[in-house]
Formats: sequence, structure tokens, C-alpha cells
Amino acid sequence: MSADLQVRPPGRTVSPASPRRRSRVAPPWWFVLPALLLFAFVVLVPSARGIYYAFTDWDGLDPDFALIGLRNFTDMLDDGDALQAVWHTLVIAVAITVIQNGIGLLLALGVNSMIKTRNFLRVLLFAPAVITPIVTAYLWRNLLGPDGAVNSLLGMVGLGSWRQDWLGDPDLALWMVVLVVVWQFAGYSMVIFLAGLQSIPREIYEAAAIDGTGAVRRFWSIVRPLLAPAITINLMLSIIGGIKLFDQVYALTGGGPGHATDTISTLIYKDAFTLGEFGYSIALAVVLTVIVSIVSAGQFVVLNRNEKAAS
Amino acid sequence: MNRYTKRTFLLEMVMVAVGIVFAFPVYVLVNLAIRQPSDTSSPISPTTSPTFGNFTGAWREAGLGGALVNSVLVTTVSVFIVLAVSALAAYPLARSTARWSRGTFLLIMLGLILPFQLASLPLYQTVRDLGLLGSVWSLVLFYAGLQVPFTTFLYVGFLRALPRDFEDAASIDGAGPFKTFRYIVLPMLKPITVTALVLNAVAVWNDFFTPLLYLSGSDQQTVPVAVAGFVGQFVSDWNLIFAALLISIVPVLAVYLALQRSIINGFAGGLKG
Repeated sequence: MSADLQVRPPGRTVSPASPRRRSRVAPPWWFVLPALLLFAFVVLVPSARGIYYAFTDWDGLDPDFALIGLRNFTDMLDDGDALQAVWHTLVIAVAITVIQNGIGLLLALGVNSMIKTRNFLRVLLFAPAVITPIVTAYLWRNLLGPDGAVNSLLGMVGLGSWRQDWLGDPDLALWMVVLVVVWQFAGYSMVIFLAGLQSIPREIYEAAAIDGTGAVRRFWSIVRPLLAPAITINLMLSIIGGIKLFDQVYALTGGGPGHATDTISTLIYKDAFTLGEFGYSIALAVVLTVIVSIVSAGQFVVLNRNEKAAS
Repeated sequence: MNRYTKRTFLLEMVMVAVGIVFAFPVYVLVNLAIRQPSDTSSPISPTTSPTFGNFTGAWREAGLGGALVNSVLVTTVSVFIVLAVSALAAYPLARSTARWSRGTFLLIMLGLILPFQLASLPLYQTVRDLGLLGSVWSLVLFYAGLQVPFTTFLYVGFLRALPRDFEDAASIDGAGPFKTFRYIVLPMLKPITVTALVLNAVAVWNDFFTPLLYLSGSDQQTVPVAVAGFVGQFVSDWNLIFAALLISIVPVLAVYLALQRSIINGFAGGLKG
């Protein structure tokens, strides 16, 4: 790589008076331009326009639309479907975060042991995370159906009375969405926890074991604080992913039965592309943005404090 | 501590059982994809007379060939662009402490919070006005911009932890900023580039919402959209659908198994960024 660097004649080099200071030429600002322009065109400008449209009655086509102030937002308060969708979104996000990370952590502890199948299991358990979410959701739609494999399995192990249409029951369908996401991404949490566990020097762990510290105590007092960065990343990824969830709901239930599993994201899609209410739809997207921002900011503050306290 | 004890054996059994539970859906996927539609036995009992007919049928009907080509094209081009522009931008953003540099970095990081739903509807209008609806190039443009914040975040974090000595030495030797970037900075960024490549490629390849908006009603498809359209068309012909699902995940799983170490490290690598 350095072979391509031309060595200039000595006269052109920086004067020896203050070589260190002079040599620190800052890279030019225009290096950021390509990235900034792409980002501005695709994200920044459309987002700003989106916030503006949220205060209009735009239908997506008609160039004539009117500013209607906060009406899209006040309408939302009278819209049972929208309030339900916000609630579903929060339930899904919290449930996924707790369950996926709980299981992910247990899996990480399991494959971070001396078991012979540890490498094989790492590869196997992480594999669902690379599969297209819409594909895993269609797969599970069949597994959870009335004649699906889950019911067959229950029949086989003598739990035939539990058999039902898992996605057809409004009380259960939301939890089935959570199940599918957890199945797919528990291995992702595992991989991040595993990286955290492996960065803990074995000696610390062994010293505690020799001192007679029990396994639970060892985990809580030694492993958990050192795992703080992995916990931060995992919580961020799963909660924000859960809040934005769209593909899995779209493919598993389409938001149904009725509106039992509609999330903010599926409602945004339906309102815009089946009802043509772009303004209202974008107002929902603004609500989604506010929720994501509050959660990110809150999580950042809390976890940052914990991480500092732990170190 | 490092011996294989009775407790280790118990743990091994538990973990293998967990592995079987996780693999169960994939077993059913394969089991039903090779089953003749006339065979109505339980989905969990092994298929007795397997057939490849579902695969040929699904391949023909779902247009998966064209969709695979499109997905490969969109993923390759957009990920290449986003890695190139983000690495280039990260260089001054990580090294300069000037006010414009901090401000620009924060502005780009704003993109980590903004959900794409907010931008995607107004952008849909722009893309329509530009006549790019139904073109895979609209997707390339979209991902190239959408993935900038995350990729820049990874690069800036990584670069800040690297010493400047090599860059300083290069500039003492008279290398210009672009040469320094190309021959000094870029090679040092290799580990984080692998991470960024893996995460971006998986995100772009798997995305469904964007092509659903921008390609709907056209004959252009990516793999996720082709699969969704196929499921909508063959609602209850699950043997055919499962064959299509299996075809769509085989390329992904093949790449994953071939590069498992880099890919798993790539996903875990965000931790160090």
C-alpha cells in the first residue's frame, strides 16, 4: 500500500521547526459531501417534508391540499384503531425486548461453556437472524395455522386439548407475533452477549470460583457489570426494532384478526395505501418518531449512567 | 473449571434440546417443500415419497430468477456506494474537531432515530415525480442514503480509536488527503468494513417495506416482494409456497454457512463500534 506513496524531494517537506503540529493537516470538509447529499435527499428532506404534511389533509396525489393544524393528531385521539395500534406497538416492543434478551443471555451462557456442540449450536441458533423476516413470518403462519405443525406436535405429546388457530384468536395473535420475532432474533442477542462474555478475562472468573463464590453471585457481581456494553446494544436494538415492527405483522396476520395486531407501522401503510389518507398516515409516522426518540433518549441516559456506575 | 464434568454433560443435553426446538420450523419447511400436494399426512411426520416438483413449479410461477438477479444487483451496488461514501465522510468527521464537523456528525446521527416510515411517504412522491417508480435504481438510491447514518456511526467510532500517526507520517511524506485516505486510512478500516458490509447487506437484502412501496404494480421484484406476491397468489397451496420460501433462503443460508465466522463476528462487531 505504501509503495504508491510518492516520496517528494526533501525541499518540499514540512519545516523541521514544528513537524508534529504542521503535519496534522485536517482532511478536507468536502469528503463528507457525497454521504451528506445522499442522506439529505433520502432521509433529511423527506422527513422534514413529512413533518409538514402531518399538518395537512394531503391525499398523496392532489397538489391542492390545505394546512389543517393539529387536526390529524386530534383525530387520532378519537380513532380507536390508532390508539389500539400505539398500545400494541408498545406491548410488542417491551415483550420482545424482555423475552428475546432473556433467552439470548441464557443461550449465550450455554454456548460459552465447555460443551462439545458449542460451535455448532452458535451457528445454528444465529442462523434465523439472517433469514428474510417476511419469509420466516410466512413459514410461521403455516406452522401456527389450524392444521399446522405446532398443533400436530401438541397432539403428538398428548396436549391435544391445547390445539387451536393460534393466529385467529385476537387475544393470542399479538403474542404469536412476539414468538416469531423472538425465535428469529434470540440468536442475534446471543451473539452480542457472547462477544461481551468472551471479553471478560477467564482469570477473574476463575479467581472468584476458587474463592468459593456461587454461580449466581458470580454472574450478578462479576459478569453482569462487565456485560454492560452488550446489554446496552441489545436493549437498543430490540426495543427500537420492536417499535418499528412491520414485516412480521404484515405477513403473519395483516394486522388482524380485526385490528388485534395492528401496529403503528401497519396502520401507516394501510392508511396511506389503501385509504389514501397520506396526511393522517404521516401524522402517525410523526407519533412513531416521537416514541422512538423518547425511548432512545431515555435508554441512552439510563444505560449510560449504569455503564458508568458499573465500570 | 475447564474439565468436562457431569454438569457439563447435562448442560450439553439441555442445549441440544434447545437447538432441536429452534431447528424444528426449518425441518417442517423442508419436509413440506418436498411433499406431494396429494399427501395429507401430518406436517411433522417425515415425507415418504419426496418430489422436486414443487421447486420447479415455484421457480416458474414466482419469477424468482429475475427477483434474485434484482436483489443481488440492488444489494451489491447500494452497499458498495454506502460503504464508500460513509468511509470517506468518516475521515474528516473523526479527525476534525471543528464546529462544522461536530454539527455535521450530529445531523447525520439524527438519521439513527428517524424511522424510515416518516421519510418513505414523501420520498415516494419524489420518486414518482422522477419517474423512478418500478425501477430497481430507486431502491439503490434509497438504501445508499438510508444506510449512511449507521455506517458512518460505525466508521467514525472505529477511526476515533485509531492513532493518527500513520496519517501524519503520510502527510509529512507529502501525500495529499485523498491519497492518505485511500492508502493509509482505508486499509486500517478493514475490520469495521467487514462488519458494515455484513450488516448492510443483510438489511438491504431482507428489506420488504421499501420495495413493496416502490416496485408495486411493476414487473420488477426483489426476492421478499416476489415471495409475498407468490403467497398472495397461491394462498393455501402450502407445498408450493414452502418450496418458494426454501428457494429464497437457500442463497442466504449458503453465504451464511460459507462465511459464518465473519458474519457472526460482523454482527457482534457493532459492539466494539
